[in-house]
Amino acid sequence: MIDTVSAAVADPEAEQPYAALGLKDDEYAKICEILGRRPTTSELAMYSVMWSEHCSYKSSKVHLRQFGEKVPDNASEVLLIGMGENAGVVDVGNGLAVTFKVESHNHPSFVEPHQGAATGVGGIVRDILTMGARPIAVMDPLRFGAADHPDTGRLIRGIVEGIGSYGNCLGLPNIGGEVVFDPSYNSNPLVNALCVGVLPADGIQLARADGPGNKVVLFGSRTGGDGIGGASVLASATFDADKPSRRPAVQMGDPFAEKLLIECCMEIFAERLVVGIQDLGAAGLSCATTELAAAGTGGMDVDLDLAPLRDPTLVPEEILMSESQERMMAVVTPANLDRFVELCHKWGVTATVIGTVTDTGRLVMRWHGETIVDVPPRTLAHDGPVYDRPYARPEWQDALQADSPSKLPRPASGDELRATLLTMVASPNLCSKRWVWEQYDRYVMGNTVLAMPDDAGVLRLDESTSTGIALATDGNGRFAKLDPYAGAQLALAEAYRNVSVTGARPIAATDCLNFGSPEDPDVMWQFAEATRGLADACQTLGTVITGGNVSFYNQTGSTPINPTPVVGVLGLVDDVHSRTRMGFRTAGDRLLLLGDTRDEFGGSEWAWTVHGHLGGLPPAVDLAAEIALGQSLVAAAVGGLVTSAHDLSDGGLAQALVESCLRHGLGASVSLDGDAFVALFSESTARALVTVGDGDDRLTALLAANGIPYTEIGVVTAHAALVVGDAFEVPLTELDEAFEGTLPRMFAHR
Amino acid sequence: MPARVGVVTFPGSLDDRDAQRAVRLAGAEPVALWHADADLHGVDAVVLPGGFSYGDYLRCGAIARFAKVMPLIVDAAREGMPVLGICNGFQILCESHLLPGALVRNDHRTFNCLDQRLRIDNTSTPWTSGYTAGDEIVIPLKNGEGGYVADAATLDALEAEGRVVARYVGRNPNGSYRDIAGICNEQGNVVGLMPHPEHAIEDLTGPSTDGLAFFTSVLKSLVTA
Repeated sequence: MIDTVSAAVADPEAEQPYAALGLKDDEYAKICEILGRRPTTSELAMYSVMWSEHCSYKSSKVHLRQFGEKVPDNASEVLLIGMGENAGVVDVGNGLAVTFKVESHNHPSFVEPHQGAATGVGGIVRDILTMGARPIAVMDPLRFGAADHPDTGRLIRGIVEGIGSYGNCLGLPNIGGEVVFDPSYNSNPLVNALCVGVLPADGIQLARADGPGNKVVLFGSRTGGDGIGGASVLASATFDADKPSRRPAVQMGDPFAEKLLIECCMEIFAERLVVGIQDLGAAGLSCATTELAAAGTGGMDVDLDLAPLRDPTLVPEEILMSESQERMMAVVTPANLDRFVELCHKWGVTATVIGTVTDTGRLVMRWHGETIVDVPPRTLAHDGPVYDRPYARPEWQDALQADSPSKLPRPASGDELRATLLTMVASPNLCSKRWVWEQYDRYVMGNTVLAMPDDAGVLRLDESTSTGIALATDGNGRFAKLDPYAGAQLALAEAYRNVSVTGARPIAATDCLNFGSPEDPDVMWQFAEATRGLADACQTLGTVITGGNVSFYNQTGSTPINPTPVVGVLGLVDDVHSRTRMGFRTAGDRLLLLGDTRDEFGGSEWAWTVHGHLGGLPPAVDLAAEIALGQSLVAAAVGGLVTSAHDLSDGGLAQALVESCLRHGLGASVSLDGDAFVALFSESTARALVTVGDGDDRLTALLAANGIPYTEIGVVTAHAALVVGDAFEVPLTELDEAFEGTLPRMFAHR
Repeated sequence: MPARVGVVTFPGSLDDRDAQRAVRLAGAEPVALWHADADLHGVDAVVLPGGFSYGDYLRCGAIARFAKVMPLIVDAAREGMPVLGICNGFQILCESHLLPGALVRNDHRTFNCLDQRLRIDNTSTPWTSGYTAGDEIVIPLKNGEGGYVADAATLDALEAEGRVVARYVGRNPNGSYRDIAGICNEQGNVVGLMPHPEHAIEDLTGPSTDGLAFFTSVLKSLVTA
């Protein structure tokens, strides 16, 4: 028995399961007030998903506003489309624009690692496609529980395989990302997915249903019963052992269907056949219809009977909530409809007219001849509840910051330093991630200039001009736990540095904010501080936030994850041939350490790996130093002043030396002034390790002119070992075994 | 007039634009062929590119074999037209019985993308004539189903007739029998290769430019033919 609008009027007192759908009493009351009656069950389903945390950003909105208020000076030159659309769009010159965004698919990936991660890639790729862009690369910042936790193997194998299977089959190079292990992510892995696309600057598509009489076309895969309720229930509810019923099915991905959808859309866009377009992601048809209608003329009539179904037994509520993948909705003029359908047919994509744009201001849906939905679409898409949730600095924060790592015993002798180095490079967080990235195709499309293990991914955009872009993502949950304001800034600063190191000018950023429950005032404080820190730093660094995603409820029981703001930075390269690569290439090159090194070990990889310690303060943020360093690195790349460069971050100078040596099997001989332990393992920011040709003083002149402190610390050698003064020497074979062995030993299929 | 080299796009082909670029950088004219084409548009040679044609559903290459354009390519190949199948293209050539054997799931069960060292063993094909026998090259390899298998008699025949075009050097990356990375048909004009020469044509984007000679070779063979 289908609930209809007339039934809702006739039976106003019917009990409705709004609480089970995640709606609070006052939210339900507000729906009744908007409609002037109780909602039908279909309307209730729509409001529940659209007003969920995942879709409405109800707890984060008041804080995210800062990204629109603290705008960098250069934003107006850079930004074509800002936050609020499916993804932001940035002008990169020569008539081209770039769109990019990072999003989370954390909870589904815990439940079903392969499909959860795969559909995370699929979803972000469709967001980019929807802007009118050809997706050109993906990258995946990942966080797992402790490497030796019994469930981590299942998760990392499934998640990496899922990302690979989907992205590889779409033909998108995977050019970067992160793999981090920390027990705070036990049972709550973070699977963030970034996609970047390129489009003609005048070819931006928007999610608007304009023009009464225009047709609403659903195209792509048929609607099935997968992912029903995913948006509101799965993403917004904490994993709780007592409520297994709140874990409905994860969506199933079909990358082949998405590949066809991409190619089909490229031809549709080239012929300018759509008025507006929206992908079907979280909240499926509910979201696409309401957002299109709300942003356009204002009304839409939909005949839900016409939606092609994979499962004919689905009822309207399920059709409206289904998160079946690889679906899009376009608004097409009657004159263009035949050509639109013809192109869909060419690519084997099902396309069905299911509705018409109206000027009634109402979204009306019919099923079997009855009206089952009649709502003002703005009330779903834009007028959801907004909460300024209470927050307060946690009472444990002071004690955590007072628990300085200065009391931890440090290695002193050469043997101790050597042993520490080997322990560090073999640790799950610092070891080679080759086992992960070799499962991803980094070559497809033939425009990948740099990918893993370089500091940033670099892509050629245009073969005729050699212009390009660089992208890096970073985030450090330990730093953010110690100080969320600084932690978010450190994530941005590191991504900014990673982009600069390759020779690209950072111009914009995207963020994925992964936190615990917003109903916990401690977590809400972390979130408020992190967004405030990130907005402030973006303004200073001139990297406008173009869009992103908030993922709350990342916790198990009442224990939240380390607050984990992940930041992706986009940079521009005028000529990709001038990119700077990581890794020593020529024996005899001189090693320069750029920036100041201080005794900073709070939240460091050393304190964590060697002592299991997390306390004190993270390394100091110095945005002015980051800008000066970044500008110098870009100038050095353009002028061809450096033969290699590597960002210093987790694991400090020691890690940068090891990675640079192992890249091409060349050694290094370094001598360090002062405390060798601090020099090797401190994680002070705004630093990079670069090499210059023997006798080439152009870089040092540039550094002196720009006021960048630097130290000449040694030379690249043909002797295959890392030699640190009189303290110790490690053959590269031993380093390689330590660095490369860990992940295959722990996780490879046997 | 430059030689015209067709590159077929099936639904799910991925490296088709890359193969076209390689043809162009080698100095030939790339011609986009569509899986449903009713003729070969007068091309002089054909590349079946890598990817996941038809989603690799059923079995890699098993559905592409039935595409409308394939009988035309099979006929042209039997008459001597140079045909190169890369990765998924190699799988399609095996499914089409233009080449013997089959490609199965990697022995370690994971998709792998790496810079692979190969040795060119046969330089008499139109695709490898620009190499010197024994040349070692490094080009990308990326597949989940790249293990070359055939019965012992077929393998012995391939070896005896010099039809192993390229072999993996160093670690065998996927469990291919006798380290086979590429083979050719009896006439030598049809070559299947698991690694990707089209991804090693520019210093900027590839691990080397070692792959370019596949495309300059065919150009030279067409000019001299």
